[in-house]
Amino acid sequence: MFSHLVLALRSAGLPASITEYLTLMAAMKAGVAEYSIEDFYYLARATLVKDERHLDKFDRVFAHCFKGLEPPEGVKVEDLPEEWLRKLAEKMLSPEEMEKIKALGGFDAIMNRLKELLEEQKGRHQGGSKWIGTAGTSPFGAYGYNPEGVRIGQEESRHRRAVKVWDKREYRDLDDTVELGTRGMKMALRRLRRFARQGAATELDIADTIRSTANNAGTLDLKMVPERHNTVKVLLFLDVGGSMDDHVKLTEELFSAARTEFKHLEYYYFHNFPYEKVWKNNRRRFEETIPTWQVLRTYGPDYKLIIVGDAAMSPYEITMQGGSVEHYNDEPGTVWLERLSSHYRRSAWLNPTPRQSWAHVRSITMVNDLMEGRMFPLTVNGIDEMTRELSR
Amino acid sequence: MAGFKSTEKYIASRDLEVAVNAAVTLQRPLLVKGEPGTGKTVLAHEVAAALGLPLIEWHVKSTTKAQQGLYEYDAVSRLRDGQLGDPRVHDIANYIVRGKLWDAFEADEQVVVLIDEVDKADIEFPNDLLLELDRMQFFVYETRKTIAAKHRPVVIITSNNEKELPDAFLRRCFFHYIRFPDRETMERIVQAHYPDIRKDLAREALNVFFQVRDVPGLKKKPATSELLDWLKLLMVEDLPVEALRTNEKQLVIPPLYGALLKNEQDVHLFERLAFLARRGG
Ligand SMILES: Nc1ncnc2c1ncn2[C@@H]1O[C@H](COP(=O)(O)OP(=O)(O)O)[C@@H](O)[C@H]1O
Ligand SMILES: [Mg+2]
Repeated sequence: MFSHLVLALRSAGLPASITEYLTLMAAMKAGVAEYSIEDFYYLARATLVKDERHLDKFDRVFAHCFKGLEPPEGVKVEDLPEEWLRKLAEKMLSPEEMEKIKALGGFDAIMNRLKELLEEQKGRHQGGSKWIGTAGTSPFGAYGYNPEGVRIGQEESRHRRAVKVWDKREYRDLDDTVELGTRGMKMALRRLRRFARQGAATELDIADTIRSTANNAGTLDLKMVPERHNTVKVLLFLDVGGSMDDHVKLTEELFSAARTEFKHLEYYYFHNFPYEKVWKNNRRRFEETIPTWQVLRTYGPDYKLIIVGDAAMSPYEITMQGGSVEHYNDEPGTVWLERLSSHYRRSAWLNPTPRQSWAHVRSITMVNDLMEGRMFPLTVNGIDEMTRELSR
Repeated sequence: MAGFKSTEKYIASRDLEVAVNAAVTLQRPLLVKGEPGTGKTVLAHEVAAALGLPLIEWHVKSTTKAQQGLYEYDAVSRLRDGQLGDPRVHDIANYIVRGKLWDAFEADEQVVVLIDEVDKADIEFPNDLLLELDRMQFFVYETRKTIAAKHRPVVIITSNNEKELPDAFLRRCFFHYIRFPDRETMERIVQAHYPDIRKDLAREALNVFFQVRDVPGLKKKPATSELLDWLKLLMVEDLPVEALRTNEKQLVIPPLYGALLKNEQDVHLFERLAFLARRGG
């Protein structure tokens, strides 16, 4: 039944792993949460959740999995969970057993085996299993047992003695999508960093010098190294105006985060879709444009291209010659986007609108297809995903 | 073994107790996160005291390297001794400097190790300690010796919530996020530190404190440590409680607010808001 919880967590997108699952089992066996169901909840949380942004999701999944897990009437709160939990722990696979199955078929195999075991439990119920028991021998008998969701007691408990902590969902405002400001973005962008020593050996390598001098029995032996640089180069294309006005703050935050993280950062603006010209100064966007060709020539394929835009427009703007809303473009947008993404070895599109909404906007789907799925939401998590993609 | 429990001095919620006891029982590290001033560092002291074990503290800085927690080879001293003709120079073991984890592993009794503010160090830092914390042993290349823990220490790792830690590292830890204390918990914390504080003073001061925390746009919201410092000043100054009266609708500048707001920008913001509130109200 913990397997049920772990499975549910994984399908809710929480990265609960086998290691953690085994830890939880071991902790149950060791009696860490013997006294109450609440302790079990805390233990499961401390074991399975490693990021406070996931706490709310955990609470929701937990509440769903253990719905109705209130002590039945007439049973002392303290007695029930202890017995229940201990039996539960004994019933589960041993860690060794788990390792064996894992070697055979991985996580899913374990889960299947557990499901089988639970089915067996259900079968034995009729036979009068000691664990589940019939009314009288075990406090849970009368209330039945549901392998699908662990149901002990009734959902509408007549006396809710224990307030279910997980139902309080205290961590509500800490979910994933919460904007964490530039700090979070910086941390996410930092993953793109690539340090390398480049150029002439100009720096004294003190550690190496000392080491080799010591090895030389004290005769100085100088060692030099090139200076260390963050060699990652980033090219930002930023959509401005129109529907992007709603996302100015977010885009600015990304921009400022990127600025402080990368020494080699180049940026250009465009409107709706990148065509044959871009600009650096929004106030003089009509007077001072720069041919996109020139950008392609100036910044080599080793630059990582990040296009930021909501990709919300009429499909014509993407596919048609002359489809741009602002000027007459000789070549359709698709040609330009393909040119850009084939020139740059690594490119991605960041979209400030929430991912759930993408499927409903035709142009977003089109752009995402053109980018071969490399569109990511402009959230800390999305940036994180993007950096993984860009640093592959 | 004696468990860890909330005490008169340190207020721990039940979930924190469970997390600590799980980590102690299963001998896995406990990672504690939370905003500054939520009692992460003090927790390690309390756990050590509750278990009756010595505490070894390793405070991490931005320049700290994982290796320093194990040992360092002091080549400079060896070089100097070599130039001076000191006979010690011939034994490399003389130049191996033990780190905190070495001390913890070689201790004759179990100890509690605090690795404070891991997020300060380089992103690679936790990764570099993975194996050592897992197996509780490491190899000293210079002397070809393995240092293995005589007793697996209780490891408490704190983080100020700023940097993401690697997954492989996280999987091996228990995790607890200390939420900012609610009003009731904060009352107990205040009581724990100042058992003799006047009830009305504590009440009004907490009103002010939570009101200040609610001011939008503060760069650094005052936390427990600021509150405790401020209360101490208030008690020393022996101000009349009236000076602290808050007004639901109106932001008032509290006395000695310098102890609550340490950031100059925040002070300006606060003063401006209070000024506007006064004019408007
Ligand atoms: N739960 C608590 N009970 C008692 N004192 C606390 C509690 N939380 C914080 N404090 C007090 O707040 C101050 C800051 O705690 P500290 O451990 O330094 O915070 P952190 O390491 O999280 O930044 C200390 O004086 C500590 O005693
Ligand atoms: Mg601290």
